[in-house]
Amino acid sequence: MNIPIYLDNNATTPMDPRVLEAMLPYFNEKFGNAASRNHPFGWVAEEGVDYAREQVAKLIGASEKEIIFTSGATESDNLAIKGVFEMYKEKGNHIITAVTEHKAILDACKHVEKLGGKVTYLPVKEDGLVDLAVLEAAMTSETILVSIMYGNNEIGVIQPVKEIAAIAHKYGALFMTDATQAVGKIPVNVIADGIDLLALSAHKMYGPKGVGALYVRRKGPRVKVTAQMDGGGHERGMRSGTLNVPGIVGLGKACEIAGLEMESEAIRLSTLRNKLEGALTVLEESYVNGNVNYRLPHVANISFKYVEGEGLMMAMKDLAVSSGSACTSASLEPSYVLKSLGLSDDLAHSSIRFGLGRFTTEEEVDYAIEVTKKSVTHLRELSPLWEMFKEGIDLDSIEWAEH
Amino acid sequence: MAYSDKVIDHYTNPRNVGTLDKSSHKVGTGLVGAPECGDVMRLQIQVDDNNIITDAKFKTFGCGSAIASSSLATEWLKGKSVDDAMKIDNMDIVEELALPPVKIHCSVLAEDAIKAAINDFRVKNGMEPIVLEKSHH
Repeated sequence: MNIPIYLDNNATTPMDPRVLEAMLPYFNEKFGNAASRNHPFGWVAEEGVDYAREQVAKLIGASEKEIIFTSGATESDNLAIKGVFEMYKEKGNHIITAVTEHKAILDACKHVEKLGGKVTYLPVKEDGLVDLAVLEAAMTSETILVSIMYGNNEIGVIQPVKEIAAIAHKYGALFMTDATQAVGKIPVNVIADGIDLLALSAHKMYGPKGVGALYVRRKGPRVKVTAQMDGGGHERGMRSGTLNVPGIVGLGKACEIAGLEMESEAIRLSTLRNKLEGALTVLEESYVNGNVNYRLPHVANISFKYVEGEGLMMAMKDLAVSSGSACTSASLEPSYVLKSLGLSDDLAHSSIRFGLGRFTTEEEVDYAIEVTKKSVTHLRELSPLWEMFKEGIDLDSIEWAEH
Repeated sequence: MAYSDKVIDHYTNPRNVGTLDKSSHKVGTGLVGAPECGDVMRLQIQVDDNNIITDAKFKTFGCGSAIASSSLATEWLKGKSVDDAMKIDNMDIVEELALPPVKIHCSVLAEDAIKAAINDFRVKNGMEPIVLEKSHH
């Protein structure tokens, strides 16, 4: 067992050695530009890209012609939101998304607002899920796009994507999903789910950083997005720029492996996650954040009341995790995702996200349980709030000096 | 962000963690910060008849720098006169612990806690509280 233990697989994942192996030839002997049509160097590179396109398409039930390679999910999100707005603004100017989306979606929507678009940011229920009735009530004849993420990066909840897509389509809008955290972890099928656009990223599924894809539906309906970068008209004119051939080959391989191993891996990971969560919620005043029935198999987000997340992470220095506490940010604002669940600021400050992954072992989980328990107990001994709680003092009755 | 060795030292081996009898007239208690903001410090001093701080204890809910700032404060307080304790400036803590700019508020909170504890002691013993400048964190 190597220390520190990596339990931050929602931030990024280590690359699978099989992915690295597939990529290596494309850095040197197969170095060609995939757009070079007139010599074997180009053909070989193009072959690698074509094969990867099939691998990616297969994982999400798409056709290879519907895959646009990008630099990652942030670019895919931007291309989808801004590209759809530009392409369809004659039809309507309204986009619906949710407050718990990734910043790439939220900030792209803010950009659209500056261009004159209208955006509705749906609240979520206490469990992190979008309320379908609230979504339907927000739909108008002007709505061109509904963009709701598949699985949440902080709490792992899985949105009712199929139902959301059906509502979007009922009102003639397109449905986009940022599936960065879900693809490769749980079955995602663009046909069955009714998805028109989908963003994914390689480095969240044991592939390399700097490469991702946008799925853009070609049939029923044929969806188009306006390119956000001018250039050589690569990727069917939707994304110019010389293709990152090694990265794309790596993404393809990562998708292939995920497709083959996802089912058994999801069972293994959810068993480990449940073990971790079960052991840690035995601690007094610890709470799991988000819906526990509709959730990615590898994520646990737990608030340990009366200890502060960043202080806790410092005590658990043998574990690489993340916290909803934003003590390091100048704003001192805790996670907006946790706050949108209605969590009080102090519980948001007390949260830790454990993200398990393909290379997480049971031994590591056992160790993480021990370290976390010890650290929470230690910090509670240092916490004036814990002492007050134990003395039966209602913390809400105290007039805190907000600073 | 990497912590300085001194922050890690105070965090790992916090000095003077604990609770003094807050009902005693020799003890002053300062409770500052707010749970919503992610840090709360409780700092207590015990003062003898010569106005010397003979003991100091703390408990802190917060990040490593907040815990280290309050631990350091208790270390500095012991043996000081109340008047000298009043002169502890948050920037002394920043310097000693090499706190980065985003963590300066932790030192401000520690200074506030010292002053709040002294004022609690003063009021308990029939003295006027010292009017403090509104801190700006």
